[in-house]
Amino acid sequence: MPLIKDGEVVADVWMHAGDEGPLPPDQPVTVPLARWQRERASLLARSAPLGIRLTSDQLAPEIGADAGHFAVIVLVFPSFRDGRPYSTARLLRERYGFRGELRASGDVLRDQLLFMQRCGIDAFDIADKAATAEAWRQAMAEISVFYQPASDQRVPVTRLRHRARAAE
Amino acid sequence: MYTYDAFDETFVTERVAQFRDQVARRLSGELTEDQFRPLRLMNGLYLQLHAYMLRVAIPYGTLTSIQLRRLAHIARRYDKGYGHFTTRQNIQYNWPALKDTPDILADLAEVGMHAIQTSGNCIRNVTADQFAGAAAGEIEDPRIWAEIIRQWSTLHPEFSFLPRKFKIAVTASPNDRAAIAVHDIGLKMVRDQHGEVGFTVYVGGGMGRTPFIGKEIRAFLPKAHLLSYLEAVLRVYNQHGRRDNMFKSRIKILVHEIGADAFRERVETEWAAIKDGPVELPAEELARIAEQFAPPAFETLAAVAPEFEMRRFEDRAFARWARANLFPHRQPGYAIVNLSLKPEGEPPGDASAEQMDAVADLADRFGFGDIRVTHEQNLVLPHVRQKDLYELWQALLPLGLATPNIGTVTDIIACPGLDYCSLANARSINVAEDITRRFSDLDRAHDLGELKIKISGCINACGHHHVGHIGILGVDKKGEEHYQITLGGDATETASIGEIVGPAFSAARIVDAVETVVTTYVGHRAPGERFLDTYRRIGMKPFKDSLYATH
Amino acid sequence: MAPQMVTANRLADGVVVYLAADGRWRERCADGHVVDDRASAAQLLATAEAAVATCDVVGPYLIDVVPGDGGPRPQRYREQIRAAGPSIRTDLGKQAEGY
Repeated sequence: MPLIKDGEVVADVWMHAGDEGPLPPDQPVTVPLARWQRERASLLARSAPLGIRLTSDQLAPEIGADAGHFAVIVLVFPSFRDGRPYSTARLLRERYGFRGELRASGDVLRDQLLFMQRCGIDAFDIADKAATAEAWRQAMAEISVFYQPASDQRVPVTRLRHRARAAE
Repeated sequence: MYTYDAFDETFVTERVAQFRDQVARRLSGELTEDQFRPLRLMNGLYLQLHAYMLRVAIPYGTLTSIQLRRLAHIARRYDKGYGHFTTRQNIQYNWPALKDTPDILADLAEVGMHAIQTSGNCIRNVTADQFAGAAAGEIEDPRIWAEIIRQWSTLHPEFSFLPRKFKIAVTASPNDRAAIAVHDIGLKMVRDQHGEVGFTVYVGGGMGRTPFIGKEIRAFLPKAHLLSYLEAVLRVYNQHGRRDNMFKSRIKILVHEIGADAFRERVETEWAAIKDGPVELPAEELARIAEQFAPPAFETLAAVAPEFEMRRFEDRAFARWARANLFPHRQPGYAIVNLSLKPEGEPPGDASAEQMDAVADLADRFGFGDIRVTHEQNLVLPHVRQKDLYELWQALLPLGLATPNIGTVTDIIACPGLDYCSLANARSINVAEDITRRFSDLDRAHDLGELKIKISGCINACGHHHVGHIGILGVDKKGEEHYQITLGGDATETASIGEIVGPAFSAARIVDAVETVVTTYVGHRAPGERFLDTYRRIGMKPFKDSLYATH
Repeated sequence: MAPQMVTANRLADGVVVYLAADGRWRERCADGHVVDDRASAAQLLATAEAAVATCDVVGPYLIDVVPGDGGPRPQRYREQIRAAGPSIRTDLGKQAEGY
């Protein structure tokens, strides 16, 4: 599964740990929410970066207040049809001020990448093994007009139109 | 009417290119059907019983003559010469080839149209009162807000994979012609005690397997906050709507399960966090959209045109049509004209390419090039001078568009049913056709007054049977078509869900059963009393007794 | 087991098709290959799934058929409409082409 970040295919340096079992002392790890809740103190005592994985039914308020502890939050899409992580992503960015890596994982398909990116997701663990950075760039470039503000920096047409008018 | 600017044009053009690429990837096998299905559905493309079906959006049911001519062109060039107007004010083509659909969408884009979000688990085409901008007593043109919602919801990144589809309707008249009570969100424009304009918000209405009338969750929402409030409702639904069972995934189930009060509380909490934030529409953008719905250049005319009065006096058939198919206009000397797409023995809502072209020409000649599509599957010329009505009527007659039956027993809503739809259990168009034949006597139909029959070929209720005064639901009984009757449904401001009268009738008996219901009404009605009012007064029993009397 | 055949829609244009004995997809139900045991039905469906993989058809499934004068025809009402065309527009669909 290629991991795309900042428009490039990159290696995944994170170890994605299970609900239990030993953690390597110096490697960045992600853990499921339940483990974070159970082992919070020992996880925070580790020196290596920490990340968390949320299933689609684990919503932003569950970790919003703790977001600052994580270098990466992985949002798992069990199916591309499950749209809950889009709300989770926006809330983590816009309400809880999360500035770390927000990674989409699971059933992550090319045709949803732009939606995800607009909701503040910036790393994509793409399901298609053959996915390339080029395909990612194409997906980002297909649409250039946006009708509503979201978590990205794009200016919606509701404002662009009037900038254009003011400049006339 | 809203006209696309350069941004809108760029957007639909890009969207066509994107879909062209998706279709190419599907045809090459890069995308599986499972992956392609949601993509095609978000462009209104279904795979139906006989072929693909393309549903083209007609936002809030408003068309220009140029757009209607383009719809005719598409029917001729890519389909089989006709289209079907739907209960969401859209048009469906029943026979397009997948490989042609990018070209169809490109043709649509040229006239500021698309098929975006006419299907899929997203915010669907926003509907509104078909008489917007013409009916008296309207607070504001509801299409301004429907257009604002259309734009806000277009490819909304957070709300494109909702638990289920999501339908919004807007009305600004005391008479609800947009069926807002049976929408996921119904918006009614109101004035508060200070004269400020806003919306009463209803959530959780819907039909289908579990029909509900929408619950009021906010009595007054200042209009400036519409988008933040909608975003709050959608966010609560996206996160908490059920995804474990497709039949329980509409917002109505969430509202029902947690209760309207708990739902309101969640929405208010979310809204408090985003109110006055970036999602609110800038005032200058509201002004830009509003000015595009300014009234056309009406002439100053007398309230009643003498030519119109004279013709009505002289020509009984014209008078009959005028009585049934005209609606009062707010502008003196004008009328709202309904063009019936329910001629006797024909599929409700179907229009041929020739009819569409002709209506476009008539709209240019008599009505500022403005055409509306109603959720009851008729067309409307909203602004016609009274003095032109006779000439218009004469032009409509040979086109088969002057059936004087609006609101009567033969003005039937019917879904495509098993003749086209892969979900249907039974046919519905043939039942509608048979009923129109049975009640073909115009005097009789007029004597029966307002009587709304609505037919669905399955429990998904695309034919709105739950809110028909007489509702007919097609069911499959051991491989045979049967029809269940509901009574007392109503989609207007006095909305109610119809009640099932008893066991279903066979295909051979359903038209007789409808006639029995009608005869029972006639036997019990007070002078001038509508069917619905008689039903509400006397209840189910007399109807049940006559329908299931043992002979 | 009731006699069965496989039907699907052609991917590119959506037209209703039936899997024939020679492995080709035909527009007439009467040209479809009829099987009457489970193993053959499974085999037929497997052939159809291969045609899905090569992007010829979409959504194949088995239907029950009954013998008729002009060859096999669908048993269920829904499939009869699918094989013929809309019952309220006999000028359209396969029925209009004499099928």
